[in-house]
Amino acid sequence: MYVDGAKQKASVHGSLDCTNCHTSITGYPHPEHPTAVNCGTCHSDEAKDLVESVHAKATAEPCLSCHGDPHAIVPVKDMQSPVFTLNIPQTCGSCHGNPELAKKFSLANVYSLYMDSIHGFALTKDGLLVAASCSSCHGTHKILSHTNPQSRTYRTNIPATCGSCHAGPEAQYFAGIHGQQLKAGNPQAPVCADCHTAHGIARVQGVSWQMKTSATCGNCHKENYATYLDTFHAQISALGYAETARCWNCHRFHDILPPSDPQSPVNQANLVVTCGQCHLDATRSFVSYHPHANSRDRKSDPSLYFAAQFMNLLLLSIFCFFGLHTILWFVRSAFAQRPDGGPEKGMSK
Amino acid sequence: MSAEASQTGLTDQDNRNVRYHIRFSLWQRCLHAILISTFMCLALTGMPLRFSSASWAERFARAVGGFTAILFFHKFCAALLTLAFLGHLGDVFYRGVLKRQKGIFWGPNSLVPQLKDLKDLYGHIRWFLWLGPRPKFDRFAYWEKFDYWGVFWGMAIIGFSGYALWFAPFFAKFMPGSWLNIALLIHGEEALLAVWFIFAIHFFNTHLRSGSFPMDLVMFTGLETEKELRERRPEQYQRLLEEGKLQLSAVAPPRWLRIFGRTVGWMIILAGFILLWLTLTSFFRAGGT
Repeated sequence: MYVDGAKQKASVHGSLDCTNCHTSITGYPHPEHPTAVNCGTCHSDEAKDLVESVHAKATAEPCLSCHGDPHAIVPVKDMQSPVFTLNIPQTCGSCHGNPELAKKFSLANVYSLYMDSIHGFALTKDGLLVAASCSSCHGTHKILSHTNPQSRTYRTNIPATCGSCHAGPEAQYFAGIHGQQLKAGNPQAPVCADCHTAHGIARVQGVSWQMKTSATCGNCHKENYATYLDTFHAQISALGYAETARCWNCHRFHDILPPSDPQSPVNQANLVVTCGQCHLDATRSFVSYHPHANSRDRKSDPSLYFAAQFMNLLLLSIFCFFGLHTILWFVRSAFAQRPDGGPEKGMSK
Repeated sequence: MSAEASQTGLTDQDNRNVRYHIRFSLWQRCLHAILISTFMCLALTGMPLRFSSASWAERFARAVGGFTAILFFHKFCAALLTLAFLGHLGDVFYRGVLKRQKGIFWGPNSLVPQLKDLKDLYGHIRWFLWLGPRPKFDRFAYWEKFDYWGVFWGMAIIGFSGYALWFAPFFAKFMPGSWLNIALLIHGEEALLAVWFIFAIHFFNTHLRSGSFPMDLVMFTGLETEKELRERRPEQYQRLLEEGKLQLSAVAPPRWLRIFGRTVGWMIILAGFILLWLTLTSFFRAGGT
């Protein structure tokens, strides 16, 4: 066992004597098995938090897993510290980037997801201290399982957690139907992570992310998504055209309101303005177009339903008739073309 | 009569003296050329939209240059086909109404369905089942008239609904916007009907059945041999003979035109079958919706 005295003197604990931490060592020679250092003797709050956290039983020396070499611990604000904001992803990733560990605890490989996310880019590539690191959402010492109602990442706590940076969207979210439903205790109300994901959060201005948003809404709004898919808006979107109406172009995103709400962009009174964002010459008559028309529902869209039924019948009858007609003709003319002339010649007289 | 018949019999056996009858004029062949090229383009650019969730649709769109390019080709061909359609209407109006040319709206030379067509259909089905002789068709057989009117109403319906979607806010001044829902539905379904009918029924009826196989070039060359006329449309042949109007010429269709017709024809049949296969599999995979 060798300790670099100079390094130790330069560390945040440089003013301490060895025995301040190694309390079981009182003389020389030292005991065969000195007792473990208890950081909690001084750092009692952190120690208390840690005991409650998921990391309490994860490793033998939970403090050192993150804070590194015990004799060279530097202040958190020091860029050399493994828990300096910019270094946190790598520090957490030394365990959580390990696919074996992820598999063992059946977790997603959160490290790579995070590193490719807008947060990961901002932090590790752009070096932005304000960008979210692991601890921004999960906390530091008191990291709790997301199934624990005390956790910062427990479902109903997520809007507040994200809102600690994204205050504007949080306020909009709680003004909208999703946030109101969450407040009202509806367990199905979506929170930030349901739409944005937890670790792989993408830049919302990016086309590749925008292309996927409608399907995200469709995870819950299955019927509305299915009827949307029948429309021109969805068809051209599927072909890779970005400038078409997706859910949020009409319904907004964080402050989504039910159509019955006069503030909703899809309220009857607001449709001309809403559709007019793209269709510049939209009129009252134009907006009677139904962007979620269901040709299979006779009650909601009778004229469309009967038009669809008529077209189905038309196709069916034409192809049944001409399909049979063609097959019979094909067989008959094959016989008629036989070298001996077939029975045709005799009959046409 | 009998002398003429035996004479023509001789000519048929002697290949060096094959004589040709003009079935389609240059104007009609040009219209059909515009029709088939724009139809192919419209089908190729429209079906990916109808089956936009299929993977081939997205790949095709990307290969062509994205939806913007698809829409451009679709609209361009739509406008061209509209011009051809109006040209045809104008021609019929000029000949039938202004010049009072006879036989356009009724009679054996007309494409208007008549009682004989029903009789021919009945007789043809009896012939299919070995129950009777082959009917003697006149200039336009009933399935050819169906092809014509199918395309005619198809163009009217797909065209009108297409323009309504193209200029949606403008059309919404005259009709409720909810009709645009119906317009999109009809545009897509009628187009599906047209594509399947052309690539399955028309291809077989006109080209691929034995008797026409592998390809009937009359729409490219405008000419059919006297033998073909006599066998396929005996009523017309007989009528022309009796009226003394059978004009036959020894000028064969130029070789380049036949090669051109075969090449273009096979390309279209190949592309058509691929599209037929893709749309059919996507249609039935989606449960017919």
